[in-house]
Amino acid sequence: MTNLIEIKGVTHAYKTDNGPLPVLDDLNISVPEGDFCAVVGPSGCGKSTLTKLVAGLMKPDQGEVWLHGERVTSPRSTVGMAFQNPVMLEWRTILQNVLLPLEIVPNKMSKREKEERGRELLALVGLEGFEDKRPSELSGGMRQRASLCRAIVHKPDVLIMDEPFGALDAFTREDLWQTMHALRAEEPFTGVLITHDLRESVYLADEVIVLSGRPATTQHVENVKLEGRTDLEVIYTPEATDILHRLRHQIEIAQGRAEGQTKDEEAA
Amino acid sequence: MMKHWKKVATPLIAIVAFLAFWEFIVWVNQWPNYKMASPSDLIPAYAKYWNLFLIYGWQTLWRTVVGLLVAVVFGTLIGMVMGFSRTMRDALYPLLVGFNAIPKATVVPVIALIFIGQHDFNTVLIAFMISFFPISVAVSIGLSTLEPEYRDILRSLGASKWTIFWKIALPKTLPEFFGALKVAVTLAFIGTNLMEIVEPHGRGLGHLFDSGKINADYPLMFAVLIALAFLGILLYYIVVGLEKIFAGWAERPQG
Ligand SMILES: Nc1ncnc2c1ncn2[C@@H]1O[C@H](COP(=O)(O)OP(=O)(O)OP(=O)(O)O)[C@@H](O)[C@H]1O
Ligand SMILES: [Mg+2]
Repeated sequence: MTNLIEIKGVTHAYKTDNGPLPVLDDLNISVPEGDFCAVVGPSGCGKSTLTKLVAGLMKPDQGEVWLHGERVTSPRSTVGMAFQNPVMLEWRTILQNVLLPLEIVPNKMSKREKEERGRELLALVGLEGFEDKRPSELSGGMRQRASLCRAIVHKPDVLIMDEPFGALDAFTREDLWQTMHALRAEEPFTGVLITHDLRESVYLADEVIVLSGRPATTQHVENVKLEGRTDLEVIYTPEATDILHRLRHQIEIAQGRAEGQTKDEEAA
Repeated sequence: MMKHWKKVATPLIAIVAFLAFWEFIVWVNQWPNYKMASPSDLIPAYAKYWNLFLIYGWQTLWRTVVGLLVAVVFGTLIGMVMGFSRTMRDALYPLLVGFNAIPKATVVPVIALIFIGQHDFNTVLIAFMISFFPISVAVSIGLSTLEPEYRDILRSLGASKWTIFWKIALPKTLPEFFGALKVAVTLAFIGTNLMEIVEPHGRGLGHLFDSGKINADYPLMFAVLIALAFLGILLYYIVVGLEKIFAGWAERPQG
């Protein structure tokens, strides 16, 4: 199996007024084609930075990012990105926002086909009937769902999601987890999922990477391919519970807390 | 329906109330019309000189509008240059501020000397010079404060700089642009009239005002002021209409 996403020894620092702020330190991640890789880690450790490097929006100080066996030096249209802060263009309707990538990425779709695709995706995330509303008329969670549609409308083969379900209530979130599985079954893509919800990472990802605190490096890799995963119940199997325990423990180490402490904000 | 009616009626009532108040003040103080003409003095003035008002009003209007259009084009270009390049912003800002700070009344005679006899050109030039500043500032601020998140949406798809400008930066800046254009409209009128009055050349409402002054026709002078106010309101609301069409999305639903 080839690795579709390959992050090799990436080190990055932001230039600030107080000198360089090292954020990523010799990070290595590889994601095989068709897999989903969840990345978890303490807040501010550099997860969003990582997504920007993979998307080619920034160049790492050191190291390389490879997609499809090609080195990433600039953004590419085969990547879909759902940002942590799901900005919508206020002057466009929700549907027009979702269709935005199709105006950039070359494609052979007719106007009607595009619209159909947009409406289909919106319906899939429960936004039927909101196609012609303005973003200001939607709730934060609804905007986040629309932004997810925008990320996949052009059928990217790499999907990068930065806490895509962060602003959603627990029930909608679980619905969307299942939608994600349905989507992957339909149009397979390779994904990087940044999240702070360990159950989400276990349910959606094939492997979970725990980043250490800033500057982040790979602290722990957990293989989480569970049997019969599309069923939500799988999160409550002993196997999954074991994994969750291990991940929680790793997060505590990453946060620099003493071992064996029980307080945990992550697993709600 | 009721809402539309209210939208038109409210400002109309305000105008009528203002005119009534004006009439009342003049009447109470028994001011002669060389001190302060009252609205009822204006009607005969308009009746007597209506054709002059049309001719000179048109001259003032078109020269203002042309000056304004030039200001929009030039102001937007300067604003874009400053909005996209930090260096250009640092370089041009003090120049622009300095230029804007020069009282345009002092520039009028200079311009009139340089382009002697080119009255229409000179008038348009002053209207332009006085009104482009707010536009370029608004455009440059709108572009330079564009949140990187907006840009990244398109950048992550490999969109060109031009596409990002056209699809994101430009529409996002429109509300600021129209805000500035509303200020520029009134400024452009000031510019046109400055030329017409400081450097009289027999054109525009400024000329009509002057002749009212020379002939001690005080109601005519006041009638010119009101006509100018009317033109100002007219242009202003045209801009408001354009804003509704092109940047109506920026208006938040109330409540
Ligand atoms: N443009 C920037 N300039 C300077 N420093 C930055 C910039 N963006 C992020 N940082 C810093 O880099 C660090 C990592 O930021 P990043 O957004 O990648 O964190 P994160 O892991 O996504 O956090 P969270 O889980 O809260 O979203 C933070 O300490 C932040 O202050
Ligand atoms: Mg983040």
